Amino acid sequence: MKRQILTLWVGLLVLVLVACGPQPTAPDQETTEPVAETPVDTTEPSVIDEEPLPTVAPTETAVPAGGTTAQAGDLLQRILNRGNLICGVNGGLPGFSNLEPDGTFSGFDADFCRAVAAAVFGDPEQVEFRPLSTQERFTALQTGEVDVLFRNTTWTLSRDTSAMDFGPTTFYDGQGIMVRADLGATTLQDLEGADICVQSGTTTELNLTDNFRAQGISFNPVVFEEIDPTYNAYSEGRCDAVTSDISQLISRRTTFEDPTAHEILDVVLSKEPLAPAIAQGDSQWRDVVSWVVYTTIQAEEFGINSTNIEDFFDTENPDIRRFLGIDGELGAGLGLSNDFTVTVIQRVGNYAEIFDRNLGPDTPFNLDRGQNATWLNGGLLYSPPFR
Amino acid sequence: MSEQAISPLPTRPPFWRDVRILAILGQVAFVLIIAVVAGMLYANVTSGMQRLGIVGGFDFMNQTAGFDIGVRPIPYSPSDTYWRAFRVGVINTLLVSILGIVLATLLGLLIGIAQLSSNWLVARLAQSYVVIFRHVPVLVQLFFWYQAVFLRLPRIQNAIELPGPIYLSNKGLIMVGLTATPSTSWWFGFIFIGVLGAVMIWYWLKRRQERTGQQAPRFLISLLVVATTTIIGWLVLATPPLELSIPERRGLNYRGGFELTPEYAALLVGLVIYTAAFIAEIVRAGIQGVAKGQKEAARALGLSASQSLRLVILPQALRIIIPPTTSQYLNLAKNSSLAIAIGYPDLFSVSRTIMNQTAQTVPMIGLIMFSYLIISLITSLFMNLYNRSVRLVER
Repeated sequence: MKRQILTLWVGLLVLVLVACGPQPTAPDQETTEPVAETPVDTTEPSVIDEEPLPTVAPTETAVPAGGTTAQAGDLLQRILNRGNLICGVNGGLPGFSNLEPDGTFSGFDADFCRAVAAAVFGDPEQVEFRPLSTQERFTALQTGEVDVLFRNTTWTLSRDTSAMDFGPTTFYDGQGIMVRADLGATTLQDLEGADICVQSGTTTELNLTDNFRAQGISFNPVVFEEIDPTYNAYSEGRCDAVTSDISQLISRRTTFEDPTAHEILDVVLSKEPLAPAIAQGDSQWRDVVSWVVYTTIQAEEFGINSTNIEDFFDTENPDIRRFLGIDGELGAGLGLSNDFTVTVIQRVGNYAEIFDRNLGPDTPFNLDRGQNATWLNGGLLYSPPFR
Repeated sequence: MSEQAISPLPTRPPFWRDVRILAILGQVAFVLIIAVVAGMLYANVTSGMQRLGIVGGFDFMNQTAGFDIGVRPIPYSPSDTYWRAFRVGVINTLLVSILGIVLATLLGLLIGIAQLSSNWLVARLAQSYVVIFRHVPVLVQLFFWYQAVFLRLPRIQNAIELPGPIYLSNKGLIMVGLTATPSTSWWFGFIFIGVLGAVMIWYWLKRRQERTGQQAPRFLISLLVVATTTIIGWLVLATPPLELSIPERRGLNYRGGFELTPEYAALLVGLVIYTAAFIAEIVRAGIQGVAKGQKEAARALGLSASQSLRLVILPQALRIIIPPTTSQYLNLAKNSSLAIAIGYPDLFSVSRTIMNQTAQTVPMIGLIMFSYLIISLITSLFMNLYNRSVRLVER
């Protein structure tokens, strides 16, 4: 009996201590400071629990020191401490980001993740890919589960103002409609009364409705949460058409039994600039992501790629010297190494190389550069100057 | 909280060893912990929302929804508000839940009784049903029904045509339907009066039987009363209250008529079959829980097997059956949120679209939880009332 009471008493004491410990108002207890100062950190342990690097322990103590200054600039430092970049991708979209049989991720978006990792760590492989559904992606970004989202995400005003910021567009896309070829449809009017498969959690649903409403055509949406059931329902004939970004339709069409039996209508329902997204409010990290993207574009403008870059090391062109970090302090200004552009181009490549490797003529997608050519070639890609 | 205690009275132990005080302290600490954790969560959410610049509140729900919904039990167009879209979702959830509960009850009752059948084959079949469907996750079953059964029906070009006409394809079941006209509500008034009259007559006949022992086919008479007022209403009203709507092929689909989508069918079938397996076990336990002597006594009185089941065993088994069945009903209603996996626009699915368009995740999640809570509370309220009416009257 006595021992029972003692146990109860000790248990009670422990409970009270636990209850008092993490109270956000406790100002003088050093151990509680990470919780009080940076609420995001409460979700961090799950992210870094399998972290092999020995720098983890210092991370915990280092954060309060950084936290005393300001929010801005936190993320880059935390990524550096963590030792790898966590990049949110689609994971099921061949050509953009796709999980390969050997466990690696391939694709256009995945390569941009690698480019950011190359810029930050000097090594494109120091990146951890996190496949996310369309619905999960923004939550994952907002809670800090991923550092950056290269997940064919359309840049829109409402998204930009609500809880996230966007980097420069990496891929200019548009929403299209794919139908079975034997339907004989060529315009939206031919789809009167059609059942149309859509994946939820995208701007696609809204664009589809807007376009059909504007033309007074009735249709029935069938909305799925995941990408695979969406295309499965379409290929089984549940839906007459499926709508998504044209790049995605082309990509998924290659996975069908008979790709030639499906055609993409010559109708563009919307502008879909696909851009990297980062959590709102960290302008230094946003700058890093943006200028890594610009690096690939600017390199193509200069004609620099991974094979010929060494020829430019002794160039006299001051623009290129600044761009490659030979002159000036541009990289350091971003909080990166001064020659981060060289690493990005050498290890990942310029925009043309990334595009061709994943989507170009040698791939099953055989995508035309179209709007995704540089401005010099009549496209929309344009990098602000590196100076 | 000091550990130094004032010296206690000689008759009582010191307070840190007084079980009564410790019990109270324990409860106080428990409440404190809950309050602190809740406070931390709230502070975390609000600070997070502030940091990200999200404004709380439900004003956004009055904006135009802009997206369409595939299944519309009430009139809805993309120019309606988010509230309206949300209501469509709630009604879609109710359509599955209510019909699902009714069908799962009937099927579960049947299987549960069949498990105890003296017919070897029937009993084994019923038992294997329970084993199979109770042990496979409901999401897997939903995918099975949707992708392996309903999507495998022929395409609409080769739709199976049954007399009626009924068209069956993997776009769903389309058949002749009824549409409302302006006089429909008046007609429902007539039916309501009929039902009211039928209930009164039923009770009056029951009373009479209890007093005098005179038997009358109560059920038949009540049904006749409802049927009479229904027909009178139809004849009295100037325009017929319902019109036939015959499906016709227009564009890529059939228009008009009554349509059952494969998503709804898969969800309903999946939930009913899954939940019925659990209800069957509950029913079996309930029946076996009735004392054996009751059955023997019923036999001794000369009641037939079905009479003894209906009049003696089931009424007593219900006392045991109803409380656990209530949880199964709640499970069915909540499991209906898995609709999102197979493309049925229930309240969860519609809310996800709203969340995605407005980025108002926290208020929407709150609204979703609140809606399921209300649905569950109403279900358990009815079940508790019913439970009260069948439980043993204590004298």
